[in-house]
Amino acid sequence: MRDPQLNKHGELQHLLTLDGLPREILNAILDTAAPFTEVAEREVKKLPLLRGKSIFNLFFENSTRTRTTFEIAAKRLSADVVNLNVSTSSTAKGESLLDTVDNLCAMQADMFVVRHAASGAPVLIAQHLQNTGRDHIHVINAGDGRHAHPTQGLLDMYTIRHYKREFTNLTVAIVGDVLHSRVARSQIGALRTLGVPEIRVIGPKTLLPTALEQLGVRVFHDMREGLKDVDVVMMLRLQNERMNGALLPTPQEFYKVWGLTAEKLALARPDAIVMHPGPMNRGVEIDSAVADGAQAVILPQVTFGIAVRMAVMSMLAGQ
Amino acid sequence: MRIQIANGRVIDPANQLDSVTDLFIADGRILAHGRAPDGFTAARVIDASGLVVCPGLIDLAARLREPGFEYRATLESEMEAAMAGGVTSLAIPPDTDPALDEPGLVEMLCYRAKKLNRAHIYPVGALTIGLKGERLSEMAELVEAGCVAFSQANVPIVDNAVLMRALQYAATFDFRVWLQPIAPFLSRGGFAHDGEYASRLGLPGIPVAAETVALYTYLQLAQATGARLHITRLSSAAGLRLIEQARADGIDVSCDVSINHLHLCDRDIGHFDANCHLVPPLRSDTDRDALRAALADGRINALCSDHTPVDDDGKLTPFSESEAGATGLELLLPLTLKWAREAGVALPTALARITTDAARIVGITKAGHLAPGARADVCVFDPAASSAINRQTLRSQGKNTPFLGQELPGRVRYTLVEGQVMFDS
Repeated sequence: MRDPQLNKHGELQHLLTLDGLPREILNAILDTAAPFTEVAEREVKKLPLLRGKSIFNLFFENSTRTRTTFEIAAKRLSADVVNLNVSTSSTAKGESLLDTVDNLCAMQADMFVVRHAASGAPVLIAQHLQNTGRDHIHVINAGDGRHAHPTQGLLDMYTIRHYKREFTNLTVAIVGDVLHSRVARSQIGALRTLGVPEIRVIGPKTLLPTALEQLGVRVFHDMREGLKDVDVVMMLRLQNERMNGALLPTPQEFYKVWGLTAEKLALARPDAIVMHPGPMNRGVEIDSAVADGAQAVILPQVTFGIAVRMAVMSMLAGQ
Repeated sequence: MRIQIANGRVIDPANQLDSVTDLFIADGRILAHGRAPDGFTAARVIDASGLVVCPGLIDLAARLREPGFEYRATLESEMEAAMAGGVTSLAIPPDTDPALDEPGLVEMLCYRAKKLNRAHIYPVGALTIGLKGERLSEMAELVEAGCVAFSQANVPIVDNAVLMRALQYAATFDFRVWLQPIAPFLSRGGFAHDGEYASRLGLPGIPVAAETVALYTYLQLAQATGARLHITRLSSAAGLRLIEQARADGIDVSCDVSINHLHLCDRDIGHFDANCHLVPPLRSDTDRDALRAALADGRINALCSDHTPVDDDGKLTPFSESEAGATGLELLLPLTLKWAREAGVALPTALARITTDAARIVGITKAGHLAPGARADVCVFDPAASSAINRQTLRSQGKNTPFLGQELPGRVRYTLVEGQVMFDS
């Protein structure tokens, strides 16, 4: 069974997941991203690498933030960007996912940036393109269900590398709603590939997937135990609809037990960094004092996110 | 027409027959084996040298999709698939649209099937009206119309009081009730076995408890009501243990497993292969291995295809949005043979699970075996040849199977229904 994101030469054809993505490719993306961070500092923030290319942001699930970062990345590479909020257009009229894709292919798309509520939707699109001989069209997964959010995982890896240089001596903790998190799955996949010796996951049993240990992580339920001596704390967003009900009693209780406060952060290494994929729920996952504190690298994450997305796009479709 | 099937390895598990011999057929019945009866002259002699001659297969679950889902399959297309698969008797689950909850519908289905003159059908009536789990169906009338048992297909009854009443009512007439163990709330919103693989793929999981909780309830209610219970599509080792315990406690319960669950596990989903979206979900490899062992020693009584043709539109969608199910009529024999070879199960034992053992569950007495006087439903297959499973070879309108693109052991050469050759390759 061929990995649907690699071509027959083992090169990156689509970016669908970080789980199983070879280390050389992962590192190549991070290395390619580095010079792009400087482009943003220039007066003219544009490179001609994707000039004449059409990139379709195909968002079946609403997201202003992620869509915007992809749009900025594409425009800095001189691509033409078309934004489609499909949740409000074709599928409402009953058009199937692959019909939508075929129609956009007929408009000479070069790349799709896809967000979808169903795990595996971008994989299906990539397989469809392959089965129909359209290997020149690339797919970037911008978040599918609970499955993967590879560019977020990559920008997180870029951030860790930026602040910590090496991966092979780190202890990293991922905190919160791992069950519903595509971000956490991409982080775990990448951290393992990059050789992080200890990946910890902290949360209530209701928000942790079954058999999580078999993905190569240590599971903690107690924040104080789990945060002890870690180098990196990666917080996850808790969706509103999950705060009250059968998964969690109240956001207040979640904050009390798993919210990141200065007092709990003090158990980590003094130089530990704090990350969050955004948007943050202050007072639920994270205390404002920590979110705005000296150890937080949450805004640099956003900046690096543009560079990483430029790197992925240029590697996939650049001349 | 008088037919002689000559020189085949005749395997009739019900009668412990396994020898190279001749089979004589007249007037739609098995006449004799061994030596030709006095005065028998065959109008046609089928040379079965090197081939296996066994009872036509009996499938405990074949969705022909009529009425209501004719865009997925029709009686015509699926009967051709049955013939090509050597399957001569089909139990039909009630999850049609409308559900098989009315005598008129069942009569219509039986009439249509009879007119096509292919496999015999055995409708399983809906236990409750519209499978809604609220009102009992007219079971006595449905049996008169041709139903052989009652079930909810994949749609569990939410209210256990209704389920208990349904079992009591069925028990009044000693009707058989076939139930698939699905706890409605524990399985809701899930699409794959709740284990490591679903966790990796981010597919919402269905825990094993969704099977065991329902199964325990069914077994308790069967004991309390005295209903004749058959458990369909077992998927887990834990479920199997519950059945064994129930039997030790004196509860008479039979069970079956599908060809997919006999061979596959959650990892076979691979890169979100929607053909592996099945009900129940494919579970872990340890579960699968337990099912294989239990089918071999008879703790699981029968194997079925769980034939569910789905059109391409129903599968060319993200996994969680796809229609569940796989086509199976043409894979029943090949996957039985594959299992028998891999697990070292003797051919007569393996064939028993898809002939005589399945017949017992449906309540068929005149088929599923080859004793003189039996209905001459016969499958003749080449055990040394193989079948390519692909879109071109499958006769079923549904091309959806996890085994697409594979070469499986065994090839059906002739299918006879009531002494008529209906398939000849």
